[in-house]
Order: sequence, then C-alpha cells, then structure tokens
Amino acid sequence: MRAYEDWVIEAETKGIKLSEVILQDQIEELEQTEQGLFQRMSTNLIVMRDSVEAGLIGKRRSLSGLVGGDAAKVEDRRKKGTSLVGDQISGAIAKALAVAEVNACMGKIVAAPTAGSCGVLPAVLFTVEETCKVSERDLILALFTAAGLGMILTERASVSGAEGGCQAEIGSAAAMAAAAAAELAGGSPRQAADAAAIAMKSMLGLVCDPVGGLVEVPCVKRNATGAAIALAAAEMALSGVKSAIPIDEVIDTMGQIGKQMPCALKETAQGGLAVTPTGRRIQADFL
Amino acid sequence: MAGCGQVSINIGGEVVGKSNVFDLLGPIMVGPSSSHTAGAARLGGMARKILGDEPVRGTIFLHGSFAKTGKGHGTDLALLAGLLGLLPDDERIPEAPKLAKERGLSVKYEIADLGEVHPNTVKFDLVGRSGGRVQVVGSSVGGGTIVIHKINDFQVEIRGDYPTLVILHQDLPGLVAQVTLLLATAQINIASMRVSREKRGAQALMILETDQMINDAVLDLMRKLPKIEQVMAVEPL
Repeated sequence: MRAYEDWVIEAETKGIKLSEVILQDQIEELEQTEQGLFQRMSTNLIVMRDSVEAGLIGKRRSLSGLVGGDAAKVEDRRKKGTSLVGDQISGAIAKALAVAEVNACMGKIVAAPTAGSCGVLPAVLFTVEETCKVSERDLILALFTAAGLGMILTERASVSGAEGGCQAEIGSAAAMAAAAAAELAGGSPRQAADAAAIAMKSMLGLVCDPVGGLVEVPCVKRNATGAAIALAAAEMALSGVKSAIPIDEVIDTMGQIGKQMPCALKETAQGGLAVTPTGRRIQADFL
Repeated sequence: MAGCGQVSINIGGEVVGKSNVFDLLGPIMVGPSSSHTAGAARLGGMARKILGDEPVRGTIFLHGSFAKTGKGHGTDLALLAGLLGLLPDDERIPEAPKLAKERGLSVKYEIADLGEVHPNTVKFDLVGRSGGRVQVVGSSVGGGTIVIHKINDFQVEIRGDYPTLVILHQDLPGLVAQVTLLLATAQINIASMRVSREKRGAQALMILETDQMINDAVLDLMRKLPKIEQVMAVEPL
C-alpha cells in the first residue's frame, strides 16, 4: 500500500515540490506526457474558476428550493469590508458556498474528490491565489498535490460518504486543500503533509446525514467550514506547527472510524440531521 | 436468467487499475451527485448506445434510492438527457424534457422494485426510430461509475470503459473461435471476454471488451457467421 510519506521523503531528498513527485508518478502510471497531464488538469482549474464565478452571482435555486443565494450574501458583506473574520476567510467561505450551490443547482463543477465536497478545494486555492503571488502553473501543480493525497485517501481509507461518512468527503477535501494551500504558499513537502494531517484530524468522526438524502443540507455549508479548517491547518503548518500523528496514520484512522460508523450515519438519511423533526418535515414536503 | 452458467475469461490482464489524479479531481459534471446525476446520465447514454438508434419512446423504471431521492438529484432529468446523447458535463441536462420534446422522444417514469440489485438501479424499456426495442438494466455504483447488468433477458457486466461487443447467438461449438479469429485478423485485441448461455445448445451471449474500436466491416462479417442472431457494438462512454 502506498503512503503519502514516501512521496514527502522523495520530494525532500530530491529538493523538489511534492506536486512534482506526484506529477512524475502519474506520467509513468498513465503513460502520458507532462504537457498532456498539465493540459487535462488545467481544464479542471478552468471549470473550478467558472463555478466560483457562477455561484457568487447567486441567482439559481436548487431543485428542492433549500439552497441558493447564500454565497452572494457572504460575498456582499466581505465587499462592504464589514467581515468579522477578515478578507481571506470570508472570501473562502463565499467561494466554497458558491461552488457547492452551483452543484446543488445542477450547474457544472469538478468533483473534488466528490460532487458533494466540490467547493472546498477551489475555495482554498483561489483564496491563496488572492493572498500570495502564484502563477497559473503553480495552481495546476497544487492540484496534483491535492489529487495525490486523494489517491492515498482512496487506497488507505475512502472518499465516499456512503463508506466513511462526511469525514471521508468534506474531510478528505479539506485535507487535500490544506496540502495544496501549504505548497502554494511556499511551504515544504513536510509542511504540506502536516497541513493535511491537521485538517483531516479536525474532521474525524463527522457523519454523513443529508436531509432527504439530498446534497444540500448540511452539505453546502460544510463545504464552507471545511475550507476554513483547511486554511487554519495550512496556517499552522506554515508556522512550523507539526502534526503529532503522521498523515498516513491519520488517514488509516479515518478509514477505521468510517468502518465503525453505523450505517444510519453514512448517507442513508436515516440518522443525524436527516431525522430531526425539521429534517423529516423538509423531506415530507418535498419528496 | 436465474441459474444460468457463467464463464469468465480474462485475456490481457486486470481491467481495474490503481486510482489516478483524474479519478480524484473529476469528473467535470453537472451536479448535484456523481452517482444520482452524472452516473444517471451515463446510464441513459449507455442504454442509447445499446439500442443503437435514436430512441423515440420508452419507460424508465426507477428502483431504490433512484426512486426515493431521484427527484432532488435530478436523476429523472439526467437519465433522459443521457437517452438524448447528452454527456454528464452538458449544462443542458436540466432542460432535458424540453429537448426530448423537440426531438420527438416521449418517456414515462415508473417506480419499480427490480429485486436484489444496487440501490441506484434503473431499467429502460426503449423503442428506437427504426422500430427496434431493447430492455436495459444498469446501476450507478459510485463516483459516476456505472455497470449495465442486463440486456433483454441476459445477465451482462458492461462498464463502458472499453469498446464492447455484445453478441447474441446459438450455443454452438467453434463459434467463439470464429468471432475471435475475425477480431484477430482485424488486429483487434481483446481486453476481456465473457460467455454465457441459457443451457447447452440454447441461446447464448458473448461479451467482449476490446482495446480498439471495431469497424463496420468486421461487424458485418460477424453478422454473417452461422447462428449469430444479433451483434451490438457499444462504444466506450
């Protein structure tokens, strides 16, 4: 079984970025050129950017009518300069809501790693882009850092809510985004791994309890809080804070917790928020 | 086709590979759900390919989670969009009913119990423009991945990763060899192959996944082989 640590060590030894190690691995694995892989990944970045823009306008509503327009509210407040948490965090919240709303409203997104968690990674990446000076190439490379971690998450645990709860979806997305943010902000491979571990640890145990079984409540808002956790984790790692438990052990733990989680709390809409009086009423009204 | 024997031959190694970066970032799709929306569009697309014609009418039977939460995920829209040939990232998916009307496709939806199958399962009963009819059962098994389980009365397993040949024929010694010889002559490599039959000497089914696309000339030669009833070539999704 592969370990993220192996890639971290390889990057440290060669003095290159984590993303470059993962890119090299994929060139060999997929038997494609670097240019070909870059081209394909840049398409993902373009769709991510478009989905942020589309969502911030906030005109659409989801099929159930529960979701839509919240990203625009947060963005408006940010633009007025009255944000409680500052430009970066409020911007990340708005962007994550935006993409998750586009998804709920049948708009076009990139699953990252899933459709339900599609807002976290673009929100974090574009927030770092606004804060630090990064090139388009750096952004695309950071997507490899994130996706590489996702591969390890899939192989050692799961990125499916039905298998591992929300920790496997938004949790994985937050860990992937934290690693990408740390690299993008100039952090070392070790710091990227620490950022991922801290983010993942913060999401352990989170259940998947969607109201009516829809990717709306609480999924959309968890994208926003997931993005904030990813940025907090990256901030700690970049400051030199280390994760006491290494990333691969944290991932294994997530997988284990997912197995121990009862089925009612894994995307079946039979537990958690889905069975609250309000959750049941929403389901009855709509379905 | 309960109780039928199934032989699985794997030529050319494992079909399932390690995950890659694009499994984790992607697919690019219209939301909200990879299984209930993107997978549903792919299932519709696959049924269209199996029909091999422009569908004009049909019934869509929704099972399990597709029936229960399909409405909120736009599953009905995505299945219909797939039947119209729209891909999972086509932003016209929400307008599928309007498109269907324009193109003369009329479908009705029914809730059905399809038995011991994956919760995200659908059955299509489709009629094509030239009058052909086919029944297809398939499931969306996660992350947009799909499996076709049944074509008419035959159990199959088609994932749409490869060009796939579905051949309905009479169980006859040497027929498999004749089909594979035609492919070999055309320099087409077989990735996997599955042969099943109702009983000895009765109707049988061959499913072959190939590395290369199969051209019409080869398909025509296959159709001329003795005891071959139907040859369907399904392009990968």
